[in-house]
Parts: sequence; C-alpha cells; structure tokens
Amino acid sequence: MDFYLVQFLSGLAQAATLFLVASGLSIIFGVTRIVNFAHGSFYMLGAYLAWTFVERWGSDVLGFWGGVLLAALLVGALGAVMEVLLLRRLYRSPELFQLLATFGVVLLVQDAAFGVWGPEDLLGRRAPLLKGTVDILGRPFPLYDLVLIALGPAVLGLLWLLFNRTRWGTLVRAATQDREMTAALGVDQARLFTGVLFLGSALAGLGGALQVPREAVNLHMDMAMVVEAFVVVVVGGMGSLPGAFLASLLIGQLQAFGILVFPQITLVLVFLFMAVVLVLRPYGLLGRKEEAPPPAAAAGPPFAPTGRRAGLAALAALAALAAVPLLAGEYALIVLTEVAILALAAASLHLLVGFGGLVSFGHAAYFGLGAYGAALLVKHVAAPMPLALLGAPVLAGAAALIAGWFCVRRSGLYFAMLTLAFAQIAWSITFQWYGVTGGDNGILGVWPPAWAASRAVYYEVTLALVAAALWALRRAAFAPFGYTLRAGRDSPLRAEAVGIDVRRHQWLGFALAGTAAGLAGGLYAFAKGSVFPTLLAVPQSVDALVMVLMGGIQTVAGPVVGAAAFHLLRTTLMASEHWRVILGLVIVALVLLFPQGIAGFARRLWNRGAEA
Amino acid sequence: MTALLTVDGLHAWYGRAHILQGVGLTVGRGEVVALMGRNGAGKSTTMKAVMGLLAERRGRVAFAGTDVSAWPPHRIARLGLGYVPEDRRVFAELTVRENLEVGRQPPRAGAPLWTPDRLYALFPNLAEMKDRRGARMSGGEQQMLTLARTLMGNPSLLLLDEPSEGLAPRIVQQMADAVRTLKAEGLSVLLSEQNLGFAAAVADRAVVIEKGVVRWDGAMAALLEDGDARRAYLAV
Ligand SMILES: Nc1ncnc2c1ncn2[C@@H]1O[C@H](COP(=O)(O)OP(=O)(O)O)[C@@H](O)[C@H]1O
Ligand SMILES: [Mg+2]
Repeated sequence: MDFYLVQFLSGLAQAATLFLVASGLSIIFGVTRIVNFAHGSFYMLGAYLAWTFVERWGSDVLGFWGGVLLAALLVGALGAVMEVLLLRRLYRSPELFQLLATFGVVLLVQDAAFGVWGPEDLLGRRAPLLKGTVDILGRPFPLYDLVLIALGPAVLGLLWLLFNRTRWGTLVRAATQDREMTAALGVDQARLFTGVLFLGSALAGLGGALQVPREAVNLHMDMAMVVEAFVVVVVGGMGSLPGAFLASLLIGQLQAFGILVFPQITLVLVFLFMAVVLVLRPYGLLGRKEEAPPPAAAAGPPFAPTGRRAGLAALAALAALAAVPLLAGEYALIVLTEVAILALAAASLHLLVGFGGLVSFGHAAYFGLGAYGAALLVKHVAAPMPLALLGAPVLAGAAALIAGWFCVRRSGLYFAMLTLAFAQIAWSITFQWYGVTGGDNGILGVWPPAWAASRAVYYEVTLALVAAALWALRRAAFAPFGYTLRAGRDSPLRAEAVGIDVRRHQWLGFALAGTAAGLAGGLYAFAKGSVFPTLLAVPQSVDALVMVLMGGIQTVAGPVVGAAAFHLLRTTLMASEHWRVILGLVIVALVLLFPQGIAGFARRLWNRGAEA
Repeated sequence: MTALLTVDGLHAWYGRAHILQGVGLTVGRGEVVALMGRNGAGKSTTMKAVMGLLAERRGRVAFAGTDVSAWPPHRIARLGLGYVPEDRRVFAELTVRENLEVGRQPPRAGAPLWTPDRLYALFPNLAEMKDRRGARMSGGEQQMLTLARTLMGNPSLLLLDEPSEGLAPRIVQQMADAVRTLKAEGLSVLLSEQNLGFAAAVADRAVVIEKGVVRWDGAMAALLEDGDARRAYLAV
C-alpha cells in the first residue's frame, strides 16, 4: 500500500511538469492553430538556462527561484521572437508547412544548445530548503516533488483566472474561436499572438527549469517532451486546459504504474492509450467538436496526368541511370543507390500528402519496419535476399493496414499526431525489444548475396525495383482510386455525399504507401548492411516530408527530385558539424520562400517559357 | 457636407472569381444608406472589402478623411468603422458580457459612447442573459448581441450586413427600432438589405448593386417610386 502511494505521488509530480508544458502547447495551438514542434525545444532551453542560473546563484532560496523564473521569462521572450520572425508569416499556410517550419526551429535550438552547453548530461543543484525527504507511510518522498504536485493545480487556477477574469484572456479566447471577427472588432491580433507565444513558451520554459533538481539536463529532452506533450493535448482535447490537466494526471499515473508492470513498453502504453481515447472520444476527453477544419493540408491545383512526352522523358532518364555504372565509381553508385531508395520512400509519402492531403508525421515507421522485416528474415531464418525483399513490404504493409485503420478516422492535425504516435510505438518496439531486434545495437550483417554483392549489380537491382514501384504508385495515383483520394482531400463532404467511401480509400492509400515505403526500407537494409531504430524515429519522418516539400507537393516528379536534392545536400553537409543548423535553415527557407518546391518552381519556369 | 465614407472603384476577387467590379458609393454623416441587391449581388463582399477583410481587392476606401485602403481590419475598426457581419459570428464560448468586452474600445470624439448598461437598455433581451454563452442564444438574440458588441467600439459608422435575415417579424421590428435609435444618436449606417420594407423603414438613401456593379443610386423614396428599377434589380 505505502509503496503504491509513493508511486502515485511520483506520478502526480511527473504530471505537474507535463501539465505545465502541455498547457503552453495547448494555449498556443488554440489561438494560432499551429502545432508548435519547437515547444519541446523551449522546455529544453528552460532547463539549460535554469541549470546555468542555478549553478551561479542557486545556493540560496532567492537565487534558486529567481533563476528558475528568469529562465522561464527568457524562454517566453524567445517564443515571442519566434512568433514575430516566423509564425506570423505562416498563419495562412498549410499545416505541413507550419509543422516543418517549427521543426526547423527544433534543429536550430538543438545546435545552439549543443554549442553552448556541450554534449554531456548536466546534473543540476537541488533546491535549497527542499533537498530532504518526508516520510509517507514510512517511505521517503522528496520534498521538492511535493512542491511540484502543488504547483500543477496552482498554475491551472492562475491560468483559469487569466483567461476568465482579465480582458487579455477574454480577447485570447475570442481569437481562439474567430480570429477574423476579433480583428474586425479592433483587436490587434499580431500583438495578441505574440503575447500568447510568450505565455505558452514561458510555461514550457518553467516546466523545463523545474526539472533541473530532478533529472539531468540533456539534448534529448526536447523531442521526448514535445511528443509527450502532444499526447497530453490530444488526449485532453486540443485547446482545453482542464482537459490537458486531466490528461496529464492520467498519463503521469500510467507512466508511474506502467513502469512497474511493463517496464519495457511504457512508451507504447502511453501511445496506445492515446489511440484508444481518440477512437472512443475523437476530440479528446474534454475537447469540443471543432467546426469545419481549415482548408486541407495542401489543396492546390489538380495534378494533370503527365503526357506521353513526360513518359518518354522518364524512360530516357531511367535508361541513362541504368547506364551510370559504366562510367561512375563505387562511391557515386552508393550515393545513387540511396537516392533511388529515398525517392521511393518520398514518393510513397507523396501519395498520402500530395494526393490524399494526409500529412503523415510517422512515415519512417513503414520504411523502418521494411528494413527490420528484411533484416529479421535474414538474421533469424537466414532467408535469401529475394524472400527478404518480399517480406519487407509485407511487414510494413501489414503494419500500415493496422495503423491506418486508426489514423484515417481523423483528419488534419489529429491524423498527423496519430501517425506520429504509431511511429513512436514502432520505434519503441525496435528500441526496447532487445531479444529480437537487438535494441539500439541494431542488426548487423545484412548484406546482399554473392551475385548481387558488387555495388553495380545491387544498384541495378535497386533501380529496377524502385522504377517498377514508382510506376505502380503512379498508376494508382491516376486510376479512379487516386482521383477518389484527391476528392477526399479537396472536398471530403461532397465526396461522401455522392456515396464515395473516402475513409476506406484513405485507408487503402495508407496501406499502399506503407507497403511501398517498406520495399524502400528493405532495399535500404541491404544497401547499408545494417538496420537501427533511428530509421523509424521522428527526424527520419521529417526528412521524408522535407524531401516531398523540397521537390514540390503539387508535382508528380517532385518527390524524386526532392529526394535527390535532399540526399545530395545531406551527404555534402555530413562533414560539417553544423548540419543541423543548415538543415533547419533550409527547411525554414523552403517554407517561407519556395513553398512550391524545386519541381514546382521548374514547372512554373517551363510554363512561362511555353506561354512566351 | 463631405462624406464620412467614400468608396471608389472597389474591386474584389474570391480566387479567380471577380466579384466586385468597380463599386462606388458614399455615406454622409448621420445618413442611413441601404445597400440593396439580390442574393449574391455582392453586398456582403462590399462590406468585407471596406473592412479590409479580403486579401484580394483593389480600389479606394476613404473613411473620416483618411485613406484606409491598405489598412488591416483592426486599424480600420479603431478609426471608428463598426462591422456587423451577416452570419452573426458571436463568440459561442463567451458569455454575453464577455462578447461585449471583446468589442470595447476607448471613447471616440464625435461618436456616441456606449456602455454595457446603455446597450442592455437598448436590447432588454440581452439584459436578462448577461452570463449566457453565445452558443445557447436564439438567432434573434445573437443578432442583437452582434450589433451590441460592435457598438461597444463606439463607431461613428456602422456596416450592418442583413440585420433582418432569417429573423421573426417581431425581432425584425426591434432591429428596425434599434437602427432608428442609432440614427437619432448621430450614427451613420451602411445597411445591406434584401428586405425592401426594412430598408424603406430606416434608410434615407439606397444604392442598388447587381453582379458587383452599382446600378442605381438615389433617395429611398425615389426607389420606392421607381417600379422598373425595383423589378429589374430587386425582383419586387
Ligand atoms: N467565400 C467565398 N468564396 C467564393 N465565392 C464567394 C464567397 N463569398 C461569396 N462568394 C460569391 O460572391 C458573390 C457575392 O456574394 P455576396 O457578397 O455574399 O452577395 P450578397 O451579400 O449580395 O448576397 C456570390 O456570387 C457568391 O457566390
Ligand atoms: Mg450577403
């Protein structure tokens, strides 16, 4: 009994931090309708800044709490700066662009934190006067955690007062419901939004700062926390503060007790919980049904099936690529093989994002599962390569069929979050199921057999399979199936009204995309000779989105061009230790300056030429 | 007398559809002008374009002697232009009191000063439901709240989009009374209407548009006499 009580209390303490961060995310989302990936980065910065201040002044009570507060305020100011420089330009952009742009900020902050505080975990000083423990039914419990437990409801109360008893709060709530009407009544939205970003980011910073006495500060805090905070916000209901509070409590307890029962899969538990909640209560525990969602992710001009000339051009390009081994060296072949594989992965994602308007934030899961499928077949049953390459898309496709069933139940941001959740589940299985997957050591020695061992032969094999798969994806995209997907993207209600089962088509599209990504993953495993859990991780999913975006969402050739450009850029940048900054800046620049992508840009030049 | 609001050569687009094709009109100080025309003629689009709510527009809008063509909506509102949209758009999660608070702006010289109490006197229904959320009000109550909310900004000119649309006759009567009271307070009004009776009851002048072009402009009484124009542009 006493043991469980202590466990319960630690769950509450964890919930308090979770609530601080999630409430900030929820407030920002409510007003700006932007899911701010950088929120986790602000949490991390809060922790780092507080660590620095507390090291310097934290020996007495005033210095410690002053340092914590200062860290939170600085982080809030940074959030306000981000609003002015970046978000303000994105309020009318498709969700995909907003998510990617804030992910660019994640990369920038990571590099900055790495530069300032270095790669080591930093252990902070403990809070003066609160270093000890209290006896709870004979068991020691940290005094500091009791303070945290009290802080959660206190912050909820203060926020409630702010939003319900001040003019500023009333204006924020009004803007949450109808931005345009609020502006027409004379409210300066720009200033309101800057204020909201300040408040939300400061809450994240405070959450991070308060963690300093509890756990080591490190460079992984950002993604871990932002994903959890998303879960809390989605489970509680987007934009609902009481919902976020309730969800924090539940998830805090789930973690505290889950670790006793299933120490291996606490992450999976949290995401499963979210998936179940979303299926049972689509708008979260205390969320309200939203009015018509903003325009689809990337609605744009319809794709025209490319003519015979373009088909011939593609064949010519394929022939030229097939002839490359005659001229090129080993290294060029390695890079080209990877480009071909990534092109397939990007094209499969493009089927969802471009044609279906379904922005998946977890597409790497199917790529990674394909890679693991092939590697496991080789490792555990010594399967020959063709069999392993067949197993890859089968495993990934089956996983996509299951995940897709849940995901297509929701659209927009919820869809993105659900795909992210399933990717995290898949990731944690590969990461934590040590006996089968080797955990973070991965699986090594997945090489092609003797006949395909030369780089040139494996390149040709890859090229042939990728070309065939791309052709199949195109066929699907321009078959009635593809047109239905687009109808679901552009006018779901109308499509439903004429009797098209949009959801079913989206489900099949999801499975098809997953299968294709799985084939790419299988090819990747043999190209690299090894697989690791990072293949399924969030950054990998974001890379795939960047490829699609780089190539241009509204063009059919986009993903192939984008994958080539992205991979070549990355291979040249790998040497630089600042590749994160560069990638982050590339993302932000793409979103702000070239939203139509490389292929879209080229097409526009081409059309202009044709008109002249 | 110089006009309080002057609209000149106003064009507006929704995507590729060219909706307003050079609308021009004026509203003088203390004047109530009815902007009339069939459904889809461009009345609401004109009001949104004047208010700065449309991304794609061209032309000149001058208010109180200032060219506001390129201004964002909140600055236009702060200059004293009040906008009451046709689809009401009360803040559903906010109470009556809070809805009014969102509209509150500092007092303005030369425009009537409104307080919640004065508005509750003007719309007694609202006084009985100060703490009710917008979502739980009837259509007529919402219409009154939208108007009251905009008045909290102490505007000198109201853009009032179809205040009688879809309301019970009794409420329409109340709205007409309210508009007349506002006029007596010295407020200028540009009112969009399809209901000729309502317009005739409150307006001094009428501007009739069709397919985004002004077809008729003159005294309200003259429009009532001009059967041809009514049949051609209003179908009454
Ligand atoms: N949001 C919109 N998107 C596209 N077209 C619109 C939109 N709103 C109005 N329209 C079109 O603009 C024209 C004028 O509409 P509107 O100004 O609302 O007319 P009125 O208020 O006179 O009834 C109509 O043809 C209508 O279909
Ligand atoms: Mg209208």
